Amino acid sequence: MTDAPGFPLFPHPHLLGIKGLSPADIELLLERADAAVAISRRPEKKLATLRGRTQINLFFEASTRTQSSFELAGKRLGADVMNMSVASSSTKKGETLLDTAMTLNAMRPDILVVRHSAAGAAALLAQKVGCSVVNAGDGAHEHPTQALLDALTIRRKKGSIAGLVVAICGDVLHSRVARSNILLLNALGARVRVIAPSTLLPSGIGQMGVEPFTKMGEGLAGADVVMMLRLQRERMAGTFVPSVREYFRFFGLDAEKLKAAKEDALVMHPGPMNRGVEIASEVADGPQSVIQEQVEMGVAVRMAVMEALLDPRRNGDGA
Amino acid sequence: MSVTVFTNARLVDPSRGLDEIGTLIVDGENIVASGASAQNQGHPDGASVVNCGGKAILPGLVDSRVFIGEPGAEHRETIASAGRAAAAGGVTSIIMMPDTSPVIDDVALVEFVLRTARETSCVNIFPAAAITKGLAGHEMSEFGLLRDAGAVMVTEGRHTIADSLVMRRALTYARDMDMVISHSTQDPDLGSSGVMNEGLLASWLGLPGIPREAEAIPLSRDLMLAALTQSRYHAAEISTAMSSAAVKRAKDEGTRATAGVSINNLCLNENDVGEYRTFFRLSPPLRCEEDRLAMVEAVKDGTIDVIHSAHDPQDVDTKRLPFSDAAVGAIGLETFLSAALRLYHSGDVPLLRLVEALSTAPARLFGLPGGSLKPGAPADLILVDLDAPWIVREENIRSLSKNTSFEEARMQGRVLQTMVAGSTVFTT
Repeated sequence: MTDAPGFPLFPHPHLLGIKGLSPADIELLLERADAAVAISRRPEKKLATLRGRTQINLFFEASTRTQSSFELAGKRLGADVMNMSVASSSTKKGETLLDTAMTLNAMRPDILVVRHSAAGAAALLAQKVGCSVVNAGDGAHEHPTQALLDALTIRRKKGSIAGLVVAICGDVLHSRVARSNILLLNALGARVRVIAPSTLLPSGIGQMGVEPFTKMGEGLAGADVVMMLRLQRERMAGTFVPSVREYFRFFGLDAEKLKAAKEDALVMHPGPMNRGVEIASEVADGPQSVIQEQVEMGVAVRMAVMEALLDPRRNGDGA
Repeated sequence: MSVTVFTNARLVDPSRGLDEIGTLIVDGENIVASGASAQNQGHPDGASVVNCGGKAILPGLVDSRVFIGEPGAEHRETIASAGRAAAAGGVTSIIMMPDTSPVIDDVALVEFVLRTARETSCVNIFPAAAITKGLAGHEMSEFGLLRDAGAVMVTEGRHTIADSLVMRRALTYARDMDMVISHSTQDPDLGSSGVMNEGLLASWLGLPGIPREAEAIPLSRDLMLAALTQSRYHAAEISTAMSSAAVKRAKDEGTRATAGVSINNLCLNENDVGEYRTFFRLSPPLRCEEDRLAMVEAVKDGTIDVIHSAHDPQDVDTKRLPFSDAAVGAIGLETFLSAALRLYHSGDVPLLRLVEALSTAPARLFGLPGGSLKPGAPADLILVDLDAPWIVREENIRSLSKNTSFEEARMQGRVLQTMVAGSTVFTT
């Protein structure tokens, strides 16, 4: 893993989304991530691959999980990791974004991990800074490392992704996780369904490479993987759905609804979960749940991504 | 008074349905002769004679929807800089939107704009006044006093009046004061969170969309109210086939309604947004290609009466932002004619009809001088090479703001000379 001589060169300077990645690019990252899982399971977890490199996590939206996952990944690779949480409160978000980015850029980081509430923020930043940028979630656009970790989890459990029926359930409209997963799963040959009330489905969903359903029973029938999405609190009270209890009744995943899926279907959730809203505890903690594995795979995938972007064979052009 | 004689020019004058090689004579501030018949007319000694070599002379463009930063945002555009940009783009008259700071909703502001224009601008600037005080959508501004001070229309600028009762009363009262109400329609709720055309593209980009219905619903309301009140109503900027159908229906039923379209919605579509290119964040949003084609067709058949530039200067700081945080709008004065000529070169709109929509029709609808090459008309005219190729480059933009949606675009046709009231205000 250290110098990864066996892995082909990742041909992109940044990871801004799944869009633009070829199936081979995705496979490469998953292969690297598989190796990183092995390292993370050793007692001695620290590598020197990114020793001397500087990683800055620039989070304009609070995210304990993703940020600590990136932080741990960087540390396991030996990078110097700095976390910057920029509260996007009173100041206008966008100004803070570019101003902050230029300031950080002057500190000569090698890799910038960015989360922002605006779609396209990571791409905008990538145009302005001189280092590699990893999109850790930009508005409702993309969250590529989440899709990669989901794919890694599925692949390790099911052997392969091609041909699997994956049902993505919940707030697809506002979900960057859904968009990245739709792109990635299609690229690797899965059959993707989405299940949600139509108020939470984007316009043109039928042309996005998925089969849309508005009833859990139909959408889950025969599914190999059930991927739940988080429903933001502010969208539960009458704006997009009438109430939490109504949403849970029709779209929350409980043991009864899960029966429609295959017996060995995986239950996934990107976290943090709203128990009793989109998912019942009996399922979240049940035997089919791989939610904890997703967290573990998250660290491995982020190690793989950063190693691939800062590949020494790249001659430092990402820096 | 000085006399200029343009010989051997292709005279394109929609006010007379004329497109012929001829001579045009300017004496002082006015056109005194124009047409093939003027070819052999004598001219006084000392007249300057310009052989146009078959190049076109058109009435100067009348741009009915222009945002200027003065007063309040002079760093974006002043009345003087807008005038320079206009002259270079072949625009001889501008109707200036009231979205300034302070808002043009008061006689003093109208007078300020007219005075500043007189002192600093090389083209004609006509202020439009706000329909409601402060553009707040509630209380009517003083239509009569504003008209007498020199406001040429009332409009809510970038805003849409949500309250149907306010709109009805404004239309009714505007009729008495003989003012046109020009209104841009975007439902403030249905379109509120949207930043681009709703559809597959927006869905993939993760950007909230603006459905076509957000424009058509308040437009349909307005057209019904215009019919009810028998008032003159101008749908300021329509962008969808749904809207042009509504306008056509209203016109067929005898409503005194007219419509305008932004040059952007005729030349560009939502695909130009690409990967979050904020210079293409516009209002109305760029729509799909079918809608663009419907707009072109509506210009051709006269459902849409006028084309405007929607010139809206924004500085870099308000545009170099994530798409949903970026300011709305693009400059357009300098590229106005050249962009419009795309419709002529593509064969979609005949030249006479195009020039009518760019000049003659807005002058007539909003009661402005110009828009004609008739003897007696003011010498607001442009000499144009209809075929000259050029490329839009940021460093050549005269506007104080550089947010053009035609950056690096290849253009065919450009202005060689612009004359306002007989004075040359621009030459290449």
